[in-house]
Amino acid sequence: MAADESYPEDLRYHPEHDWARIEDGEAVLGITWYAQDALGELVHYEPPEDGATVSKDSAYGEVESVKAVSDVISPLSGEVIEVNQAVVDAPEKVNEDPYGDGWLIRIRLSDPAETDALLTVEAYRELLTEQ
Amino acid sequence: MQTLRRTPLYERHRALNARMVPFAGWEMPVQYEGVIPEHRAVRADTGVFDVSHMGELEVEGPRAHQFLQGMLANDLDKIQPGQAQYTLLTNERGGIIDDLIAYRLDQGRYLLVVNASNRETVFRWLKEHEIPGSDVRDVSDEFGLLAVQGPRSIERLGLDDAPAFTFAEQELDGIEVMVNRTGYTGERGVELLVPADDAADLWDRVLERGAVPCGLGARDTLRLEVCFPLHGNDIGPETDAISAGLGWVCALDKEFTGVAELRRIKADGPERKLVPFVMEDSAIPRQGMPIAGGGEVTSGSHSPMLNRGIGMGYVPSEQATADTELTIDVRGRDRRARVVTKPIYKRQEG
Repeated sequence: MAADESYPEDLRYHPEHDWARIEDGEAVLGITWYAQDALGELVHYEPPEDGATVSKDSAYGEVESVKAVSDVISPLSGEVIEVNQAVVDAPEKVNEDPYGDGWLIRIRLSDPAETDALLTVEAYRELLTEQ
Repeated sequence: MQTLRRTPLYERHRALNARMVPFAGWEMPVQYEGVIPEHRAVRADTGVFDVSHMGELEVEGPRAHQFLQGMLANDLDKIQPGQAQYTLLTNERGGIIDDLIAYRLDQGRYLLVVNASNRETVFRWLKEHEIPGSDVRDVSDEFGLLAVQGPRSIERLGLDDAPAFTFAEQELDGIEVMVNRTGYTGERGVELLVPADDAADLWDRVLERGAVPCGLGARDTLRLEVCFPLHGNDIGPETDAISAGLGWVCALDKEFTGVAELRRIKADGPERKLVPFVMEDSAIPRQGMPIAGGGEVTSGSHSPMLNRGIGMGYVPSEQATADTELTIDVRGRDRRARVVTKPIYKRQEG
């Protein structure tokens, strides 16, 4: 079952429709409800390797629906410390729960100051109204 | 900018919140609820597709049969009025201008149902080659076409069983339709040809009978699972019927455009062949991806029934036997696949 549209208040957002949950110098990353809805049911997640370096505004993985493939953009820079293997095994978790079970990677931030440049939920909602 | 054409069911698709996309010059529904649930509905029960974008050409006259025998690869002498045949329109090189179904309406009258993207090309080709005593007309705009497909489709429509590739004029819930025992999903089912003005009513009746509306997304994954080629992907003017595995559609003992070249390829053996494959590694193949050894993916997607990446592609003949391992370049990553026998998905009987 696909989730209902929502954008949690406690997350920070990237204009490429990615979110970050930032805590203690780490961040959990995923794609927003809008992104998963635009793609449709996900059937493949190509994750980065553990220990890989990700850079703000660059692709770190791919998600695919039946019809399309899309890069996943990192909102922040850092090192991959965990990949959500449950999503590798069952990519539809992203559709079912994009901000919970459907998270994609956890990183250790290399430049915590970058978080200042991310969008608040209000700013991201504003951006969606312009899409 | 060219305006997209709309089928008689456009408003119905909007009302169902379909996601509309441009396809072959038409604004078509790619999905309603989602490709995977729609795909499963057709495999498990019944789905309905708006395929009104497809073209219909009528060929009529005392020499219509003779004319089409010289144009189309399959042997029309094998069908009688009330029967239909899958066939190819070929060029001088044995390339495939279009794949189509020919319905024999009368001794001297045929209906050709052609791909939407090739409607004008086929019409022009036939007009240029027309002989006295045969007349070709494009009647596409007069009709809507609904494909109702799935193991329970016949029962849901209240129809009787009939052999594949036959057709009959019938009344369905008070609407006059041509019921064709054909389809593009590998399941039992029919394609209903209906006057354009009645298409929306027929769509409503079919939904009331429990068919799930399905978009072009599911149509593509369904046909790929059973290895039906898609013109523009797997076959085209530059690919010949023998290499494409469509030799069974070519009556090489009669004369038609390109037959000499097809006989030669058959005799020499094709250099490359279209093969179905299933991914061994977790990855989804896509059209255009290189296959190690000189091959190329022509269709690729995710199979909802196998829950794996599947596809078709041309490979050198020595790589074309079942069980051969292939390596596909998935955006710079090597991913393993295995050649399988057709169809990729085998229907559960009974």
